[in-house]
Amino acid sequence: MTLRLFETWQNQTLEGIFAECRELAEDADFPTVKRWRENGGKVLGHFQVYFPEEIAHAAGMLPLKMRGAPVEPTHSDSRFGSYLCSILKTSLELVLSNRVELDMFVTHPICDAARNLAAVWGRNYSYPCQILYLPQNANSKASAEYLRGEYERVKGDIEAVTGSKVTDEALKNSIAVYNENRSLLRKIYEIKRKQPWLLSGFEAYLLMTVGGMILREEHNEMLKAAIPLIEARPAKRQDKIRVVFEGGFCEQPPLDLIRAISQSCYIVDDDLLIGLRWILEDVPLEGDLLMNMADAYLEKSTYSPVQHDARKPKEKMLLQRIADSGAEAAIITAAKMCEPGLEDQVTYTKTLDEKGIPYFVGEFEENMTSFDSMEIQLETFTENLIFS
Amino acid sequence: MTETKTEELVGRGNKEGADLFREWFDDLADHAKRGNGAAYVFVMGSMAELLHVFDFPLVLPEITSLQTAVRRVADKYLAEAEDYGYSPDICGYVKADIAVQLRGGDHPMGQIPKPAIAVMTNACNTYIKWAEIWERMYGIPLFVLDVPATRQAGGQFQPGSSDFERDRKYVEAQIRELITLCEQVTKKKFDIDRLRETLGYANEMNKGWRRVLELNKSKPSLFNAVTDGTVYLGVSNNLRGTKKGAQFFKNLVEEMEYKAAHGIGTQIEEKYRLGFVGVPCYPIFRRFSEMFTEWGGNFVHSTYLNFASGGGSMGYEYDVNRPVESLAEGFLISVREAMDNMFHQDRVVIDWVKNYDLDGVVYHPIKSCRTVSTGLADGRRAMMAATDIPSLFIESDMMDKRVVSEAQMKNRADAFFEGLASRREMAKIAQS
Repeated sequence: MTLRLFETWQNQTLEGIFAECRELAEDADFPTVKRWRENGGKVLGHFQVYFPEEIAHAAGMLPLKMRGAPVEPTHSDSRFGSYLCSILKTSLELVLSNRVELDMFVTHPICDAARNLAAVWGRNYSYPCQILYLPQNANSKASAEYLRGEYERVKGDIEAVTGSKVTDEALKNSIAVYNENRSLLRKIYEIKRKQPWLLSGFEAYLLMTVGGMILREEHNEMLKAAIPLIEARPAKRQDKIRVVFEGGFCEQPPLDLIRAISQSCYIVDDDLLIGLRWILEDVPLEGDLLMNMADAYLEKSTYSPVQHDARKPKEKMLLQRIADSGAEAAIITAAKMCEPGLEDQVTYTKTLDEKGIPYFVGEFEENMTSFDSMEIQLETFTENLIFS
Repeated sequence: MTETKTEELVGRGNKEGADLFREWFDDLADHAKRGNGAAYVFVMGSMAELLHVFDFPLVLPEITSLQTAVRRVADKYLAEAEDYGYSPDICGYVKADIAVQLRGGDHPMGQIPKPAIAVMTNACNTYIKWAEIWERMYGIPLFVLDVPATRQAGGQFQPGSSDFERDRKYVEAQIRELITLCEQVTKKKFDIDRLRETLGYANEMNKGWRRVLELNKSKPSLFNAVTDGTVYLGVSNNLRGTKKGAQFFKNLVEEMEYKAAHGIGTQIEEKYRLGFVGVPCYPIFRRFSEMFTEWGGNFVHSTYLNFASGGGSMGYEYDVNRPVESLAEGFLISVREAMDNMFHQDRVVIDWVKNYDLDGVVYHPIKSCRTVSTGLADGRRAMMAATDIPSLFIESDMMDKRVVSEAQMKNRADAFFEGLASRREMAKIAQS
């Protein structure tokens, strides 16, 4: 790795690293992407939730996770109707306002709105804008082979953009980089679960979120520097409720909302940016690498409202997440106008009612700036639990 | 003689369609009474051809839901689902159906049988979320028949290419898995000859549907694509793969060919030929259409007739000599066509402008359906850049009258026609 996109975290204290991550995460001009392009690099933007970034990485492109931004959709508003989630509009806004420049865009059939993006994007840009049909029948014996073929197809399209072949060696190297990244993120989440006083949900999110906008080697380097500092932190356990946060799989809540929740609760597990952690085990580096990736997507993965898998009923998976993290309660949220999130909210709350697990229900929008009432309600909720 | 024939044929499709629709509901009520489990399916890829082989009664919840809006009782059903916990911001069809299920199948058109299986494609993601609700309510098997669609505008994989074959093989493998599941649920052996029979009926229906839509290029147009077309569409979905459905389309083609040959149009004097993009406004179904017909505007085509027939409109004909393989190919091509009519509607509309000689296009995005509505504003921009055709963009809903502002829509429609009229006048002046 010769080019560095994000250097300011180096030689910082842990608090300094958090501050640098926050600054980068809040910078809607995406300076790391600009730096990459200034050095002649190409960028593949992919919409939430999961994309096999290893393929783009192996081709020498910067995979950029398109997950909205704190911007006004002044240009993109005219491309959409009224009853849509914010992330759709702000993601397109980033390119229409020239904050981000792409060489390829990929979306997925995660929801009714997002699957429209390839067509919308394609009507506005001449570079390849496509949909990667991740299988919606995860239980078919034919799904892995089909997905392997989809990955092969996408690889071909990426090669056409970069003008060079992706070698097995390069792909193997990229998978290793991403395996390490997922392993480090698992470590971050293990700390959250076991010693949440060492790392708040907000701080963990800051460390994680920048991963989608820099080279993953750099992210690994930063996480490897941060983890020992976290473990050595002289923080003391506080009298806070342990909660699981659910509803952040696609559109992201505003940073200040995550911070506010972290002030009154220990977020011991969550589904924020779940695509970065979708695969739960290392992808093997031997044999058919694309098949290994396809198999990992289907067989060694977590859950979200946007994938149906008969083996992973969402409500059971949530109960498992709560049990595994030792949470006492759940915060069940959904982004405004998010059909899958809002539908599963009902499932989750009915199940939690049955099990007698306390929960707090809310809706958010990435651009909301005032959540005083939500903060007060949440404080009341946690106080009730503490003193009950 | 001609007068008798006119009396016999003109309007027959609407009458037969309404009768068959009533019969379908009566049949469902009968199954409900006898406790027979139904297959719950959706219009974009119902797999009726296969499910009829196993004698499943087919419930199409999109159709049962929209009927609550047409009958002006949807508000009660929506309120019941919202009281249960569902958000005002999710699909109205889902909520109306949840209320029907919570009421034990009680529907204004008759009793709806409980599901024994749910089969859905990925043409609409909400299908899957919706079916997950039944899965929990009834503990039934749910089968997602995943259909990979067009990856990039204009880049459809064609039969014969390796990419197409990869997709087709994936669909075929899933169909074979669905056959096994149906055998398990019904305890009946799969009968390939019965599949040949249902495919044959579906062929007649597909061929007829395509012909009927083509015939509406006639001047004057023969039917209103939003009102009459929805009746025909109902039959194409409810009776897909059946003898009655095949006969209906044979009769309908006869009617439309007769009307075309004799210059018989709809009930209005056609002044403007319009395209419709989106989903009808069921809470004010007739009134919505009148906002256009009272100005002499007739809808000659609608993307709804293409996508909500699961792409049956393209007229794919199965090869009954290799039924499963051909079902996979036809299903892939047709459901993909349905999706193209939603996501890449700009291409479809640009084609109509020329082939149906349109004077204007009405876009009707709705709150309930993001699959159809998300890309309409952008598609309209593309259509306007490519053609010289005026368009109207009005948002409302297919179910929820709280978001239907009739007076505002009427004002917009009036202004649209005033614009069309003035444009026509200007053109006349320019020519003189």
